[in-house]
Amino acid sequence: MAGLSSSSSGGGGGGGWSLGRCSHAVVRALPESLRQHALRIEKGQEVDFARAEREHQLYVAVLKSKLGLQVLELPADESLPDCVFVEDVAVVCEETALITRPGAPSRRKEVDAMKKALESLNLNIIEMTDENATLDGGDVLFTGREFFVGLSKRTNQRGAEILADTFKDYAVSTVPVYDSLHLKSFCSMAGPNLIAIGSTEAAQKTLKTMQQMSDHRYDKLTVPDDAAANCIYLNIPGKGHVLLHRAPEEYPESAKVFEKLKDHMLIPITNTEMEKVDGLLTCRSVLINKTSEL
Amino acid sequence: MTTEVGPETEVKKESEQLGADAVNEKREEATESQENQKSEKTLSEEAQSTPSPELATQSSPSSQKKEKDPPEGKGISRFIPPWLKKQKSYSLVEPKDEAKKKPVEERQAAEERESQLPEDIAQPKGNLEEATIESQQETKKNDKEEEKHSVSSADTQPAKEDNKESEAEKVANEQEEQQKVEEKRETKEVQTAEIKLEKAPQKALKKIKTVPCKVMLLDGTEYSCDLEKRAKGQVLFDKVCEQLNLLEKDYFGLLFQDNSDQKNWLDSSKEIKRQIRSLPWLFTFNVKFYPPDPSQLTEDITRYFLCLQLRQDIASGRLPCSFVTHALLGSYTLQAELGDYDSEEHNNHYISEFQFAPNQTKEMEDKVVELHKTHRSLTPAQADSHFLENAKRLSMYGVDLHHAKDSEGVDIMLGVCANGLLIYKDRLRINRFAWAKILKISYKRSNFYIKVRPAELEQFESTIGFKLPNHRAAKRLWKVCVEHHTFYRLVSPEQPPKAKFLTLGSKFRYSGRTQAQTQQASNLIDRPAPYFERTSSKRVSRSLDGAPVGITDQSLLRDFSAATVGPAGDIVFAGEAVGQTKLKNGEGRDVNGSPTKIPQLELTQDEKSLHMYPPSPRLHCVSSCPTNLPTVPEMDMLLDISEEDLFWEYVHSPSDCWECSPMRVIPTHSGNEVTLPNNILEPMRLPVSHHSSAIEGKPHKTVDYKDTEFSFSLSFSKLFAFNFLSLLDREGYISFPSLPKVCISYLPPGLQHYVPITSPSFIPSFLLLFVLLLSAFQSVPFSLTFSLPLALSLCYLEPKATSLSASYDNDLNDKAEEEEVETGKEETQQQDLDKTQDNLLKHQASISELKRNFMESTPEPRPNEWEKRRITPLSLQTQGSSHETLNIVEEKQQAEVGIEETVVIDEINRGKMQAVTGAGETRKVEHLSKKDSSSLSSDSSSSSSSSSESEDEVVGEYQPHHRAAEDIIREEQEENEDAKRKEECATKVIQSVETVQEGSKVTVEHTQVTAKALAQENAVAIKTGEKNVMEEGKQDLRAEDEEEQLKINGDGSHVDIDVVPQIICCSEPPVVKTEMVTISDATQRTEISTKEVPIVQTETKTITYESPQFDGSSGGDAGVLLSAQTITSESVSTTTTTHITKTVKGGVSETRIEKRIVITGDADIDHDQALAQAIKEAKEQHPDMSVTRVVVHKETELAEEGEE
Repeated sequence: MAGLSSSSSGGGGGGGWSLGRCSHAVVRALPESLRQHALRIEKGQEVDFARAEREHQLYVAVLKSKLGLQVLELPADESLPDCVFVEDVAVVCEETALITRPGAPSRRKEVDAMKKALESLNLNIIEMTDENATLDGGDVLFTGREFFVGLSKRTNQRGAEILADTFKDYAVSTVPVYDSLHLKSFCSMAGPNLIAIGSTEAAQKTLKTMQQMSDHRYDKLTVPDDAAANCIYLNIPGKGHVLLHRAPEEYPESAKVFEKLKDHMLIPITNTEMEKVDGLLTCRSVLINKTSEL
Repeated sequence: MTTEVGPETEVKKESEQLGADAVNEKREEATESQENQKSEKTLSEEAQSTPSPELATQSSPSSQKKEKDPPEGKGISRFIPPWLKKQKSYSLVEPKDEAKKKPVEERQAAEERESQLPEDIAQPKGNLEEATIESQQETKKNDKEEEKHSVSSADTQPAKEDNKESEAEKVANEQEEQQKVEEKRETKEVQTAEIKLEKAPQKALKKIKTVPCKVMLLDGTEYSCDLEKRAKGQVLFDKVCEQLNLLEKDYFGLLFQDNSDQKNWLDSSKEIKRQIRSLPWLFTFNVKFYPPDPSQLTEDITRYFLCLQLRQDIASGRLPCSFVTHALLGSYTLQAELGDYDSEEHNNHYISEFQFAPNQTKEMEDKVVELHKTHRSLTPAQADSHFLENAKRLSMYGVDLHHAKDSEGVDIMLGVCANGLLIYKDRLRINRFAWAKILKISYKRSNFYIKVRPAELEQFESTIGFKLPNHRAAKRLWKVCVEHHTFYRLVSPEQPPKAKFLTLGSKFRYSGRTQAQTQQASNLIDRPAPYFERTSSKRVSRSLDGAPVGITDQSLLRDFSAATVGPAGDIVFAGEAVGQTKLKNGEGRDVNGSPTKIPQLELTQDEKSLHMYPPSPRLHCVSSCPTNLPTVPEMDMLLDISEEDLFWEYVHSPSDCWECSPMRVIPTHSGNEVTLPNNILEPMRLPVSHHSSAIEGKPHKTVDYKDTEFSFSLSFSKLFAFNFLSLLDREGYISFPSLPKVCISYLPPGLQHYVPITSPSFIPSFLLLFVLLLSAFQSVPFSLTFSLPLALSLCYLEPKATSLSASYDNDLNDKAEEEEVETGKEETQQQDLDKTQDNLLKHQASISELKRNFMESTPEPRPNEWEKRRITPLSLQTQGSSHETLNIVEEKQQAEVGIEETVVIDEINRGKMQAVTGAGETRKVEHLSKKDSSSLSSDSSSSSSSSSESEDEVVGEYQPHHRAAEDIIREEQEENEDAKRKEECATKVIQSVETVQEGSKVTVEHTQVTAKALAQENAVAIKTGEKNVMEEGKQDLRAEDEEEQLKINGDGSHVDIDVVPQIICCSEPPVVKTEMVTISDATQRTEISTKEVPIVQTETKTITYESPQFDGSSGGDAGVLLSAQTITSESVSTTTTTHITKTVKGGVSETRIEKRIVITGDADIDHDQALAQAIKEAKEQHPDMSVTRVVVHKETELAEEGEE
């Protein structure tokens, strides 16, 4: 049982080690409506839907084939143009999943499919029913030891409180998010105790706040591009540290930084089209680690 | 001892088959020792040849026998029936005590016999024996004392023990005994614990009032015991830990609930009674400091208690966890307490008996069971370890939450944890201040402030304020912060650097061991894992390797606890603290200077932490958290408040310190005053050998004296007590480097260890004093008697004392300079202080509160006395009751307490020397500065106003009616003072010039005065005569001074403040009638205090030194004027040194007068009053000048001593 205890304990807070442990992933196909109706901060180039689909398929393939995760693929819903960004609708930590209440009203229905999927995985489901609460999963950074919740346009204090109530084992600290859509628009975990952070002033400022708020000490990996700071760290048995990061074609300077991570298995992933609608790497999946089958 | 015990010992020995010879030998020895009292030499020889009684005991067969006993002892312990259980402590201890303590031996012997006998018989016998012993001890007390003294010179330790016993027998002295016991602990590891345990119970039987006390243990059981009424927290805590067989106890503490249901930690260094007041003696044993990494705990038993605590925390919801964690932790609990899951034994309901969570659901229970099954083969200890590994990661693990509001009134929670201070709003962490970032922690009234290190790019520190529900909550939070900071972040407890001086605010400090220290100590634990039973399990606990553990060898345990783990360690640290304090005296003065404080804080930061939290951006509260705590705008205010800040104030509040001391000091000396007269006479009779006799009881007297003298300066007494304590505690910590052993031997045995005769100037000063006294009084014994204490006190004060500095010619210059510098620093703050009238009010309030506290805490009789005093004129009160006043004072917060030195600096734009000269007479005040008025108005608080703030804090909200009383008193005092003042003014006539050497002479006078004062206290009758003598002496001095004046004139031109020509004015001492109220010790206090109100004449003498150029100075040349004023009343002597610097700028002469007033009090003196008076005087003397600065230094004297 020591095994179990250690594993669950790792999840319980020693997270430093369990961070990135992952057995399942939930993804969702992208609807065509994404091209026209997906929310975006600012008008920009039009999304090449076909290319976006290819990128997404590649993304899923990496998780499924390359990393061996069990991937649940949810069908797209044309009425939900942003439904591909599943990260925002659920926060899963260990055996508990918090179904969020996205800050954008148009996305509130995305949670239904996610809830069913997570239920099928036998997770403890907590729903955020408070009408005053909003929370986007993109504002939730789980470091393995604690949560940081970005207070942004999409996420408010109440939403953070509910998150804190849901994951009582962990400290939940709130940090302000200034110019970005989400907290994770400029940062993410790149390894145990390693925070990848963009180099903009806002990003650095936020990082400092996080450092001050934490009892733990995190290393930081500063990358030139904020968007590139959003990467996916996984710790896959047999493969060790795995890092999905933005391709050199997109962010060459940032890619160089990632390439300095010698211990990581680096997997560049192209995300050009999704980024046009503010979608980054972490946005498109919910990673779940099922330590025991119930 | 020997004598007493002798008979019994015989009997027992016979029974034990011990050699009767041994007994005889002992007796003989004792006899011899008595005979030999006269010559120390002989004694010492004896001691060597024939080990002192105790030594003999050790060497005697009995001791050997006892050594054999241990095995028997174990057996005995089993037999030992209920009656012994009460004394359980010693039954365990005895094996070790035997050698050293006869009483113990006897008991043991008894026990041994009993062990052989049936239990029934044994019990009665034991009781009888004990009783007998006790009675014997009492009766032979006197004999013992003699022996003690004789022996003491030869063998210090035994002597101490003797002292203890004798003292112990005095009911009033019980506390002292305990303290001594504690002291002994350090030196005598094993004995200490035993003695303490034994004696407490014994006395309880006889004379001591005991209080039933209950402690809720972590396993839900209740531990009851009887505690001596004045026992300190440590006593109870040690008992509990012993009961629990817990060695790593520094992580734990005792909680009590106050009236508002708030839980407070019992301060182990303070008397329990003072902390809980009227509350029932109910405590809860809890984890106080959660080890960040429980796996580093040495013993499973410690982890077990931690588990119990955490289970409580979790079940109660204090430690929130997720469902999964609840289930996991619950499953480990089951595994630890029930063992492997057994499907037959553990049906579905077995789990319902456990509570794993605040809201336990069936689902959770199922999960728990499910997980329980997976833990098969885990030993309880392993299960506990797993439990802790998971629990420690919980974010709220070890976080002590306090309700508060931020500056905008938003409800938040402040969480104190190992790493710092966490700020929560609802469940969200909105800010965090690592210890490394916090420069200062303070509280004022119900506000709690933290001063935060500036962020990377910022230049200024910011102070963040929080509003707590009430004052007590603020203080509680502050204390918790102080303790956590010290425990987790410091290597050793921080000393009260400024404790010595006037300390502002609470002096509270964490006195226990730090985590680092306790870990070190834990590493030394070397005992087989103790057996303990887990709450609901009947299984034997196993060590991690799975080996079943048998019954632990108690003796090992005992040794260890006494030696390593015991409180001794704490005490030692305290000692260190004191040492540090001494060193830091200089710093200590800068009470107000925030700059100085900061350094201290910085000291607290380790590099580690710095790395951890690199100059992290200051939490932009604003940005990150809208609701958070914006920096407090009123920085100035905060600075003022800074006095209260914790690091700075770190030293516990005076009352706290005092509390420690009272146990030893007061009780012992009860009836001091009454006794004193006789004592005084004694020395006279015994010329040279007076040491021994005088020394007797000296420990008490000494303490007393100090109390009295120090009482003068409130802080003084307090400090003294504190230091004394610490000194006592760590025996041997203080050495007497400068003192030849011979000299040491002159000291009373008890004193030898306590008195810090480390000053190289001790001997010279002693000699000097002696000569002076001798010339003055023509009595060798008398002078000797007084010179010793005085010299000691001088030495103690030497480093800091400005006034005393005068006495040391060498030091004079340097010290003056130093002080100047310091003053400069403080200046700004002082001014601030002056400005705040509020402070004064607060201060008064605080005082009154203190008094109230005092009244509450004191035995019933006291309040009455207090009442009476209130009624009596101030002067009477001030001088009369040393004890009570002292207590009160001590309870007051620091600043008020010890104002030893007051520096009043008057700055005048156009100071005319005349003004100075005319002093009181010229009252045409052109410049009455506002500050002046304010300071004056403050009266008592005056200079202490700085301190007042902190005091306010502590005291804040208390009783108006008491305050009223105070006011009355003050008014009366003022009147008195006024009268004095007038007289003084009138009398000032003669002027003479003096050299620097005067300083010494002045000092001499001072000393004389002091001596006289002491004498007066002791014997009222003597006073008159002495007074005359004193006057004569002073006049003589004056004459000398005049002669010297000539020499000085040359120097007079120098502007140097240090070396200055002086003109001396001697005034005739006015006679003031004063009533002396004599208050006997706590014990007898009731009776005596009320009755005796002798009328004493007080004489006041004023000597003014003026520069020769004085008159001409008005002409405009820069000149320096030094004046020294000595005002002596019976119990108080005041020395005023005035530096006058005159500068002419553009035709306008600017005169700056710096007055240093040193107040030395024999009896208790109202510092506030003294200060007020000083300021008033200054004002009157220089009507056209304004008081720009008031600096109050508080100094502690150590051994003042005792003459009897």
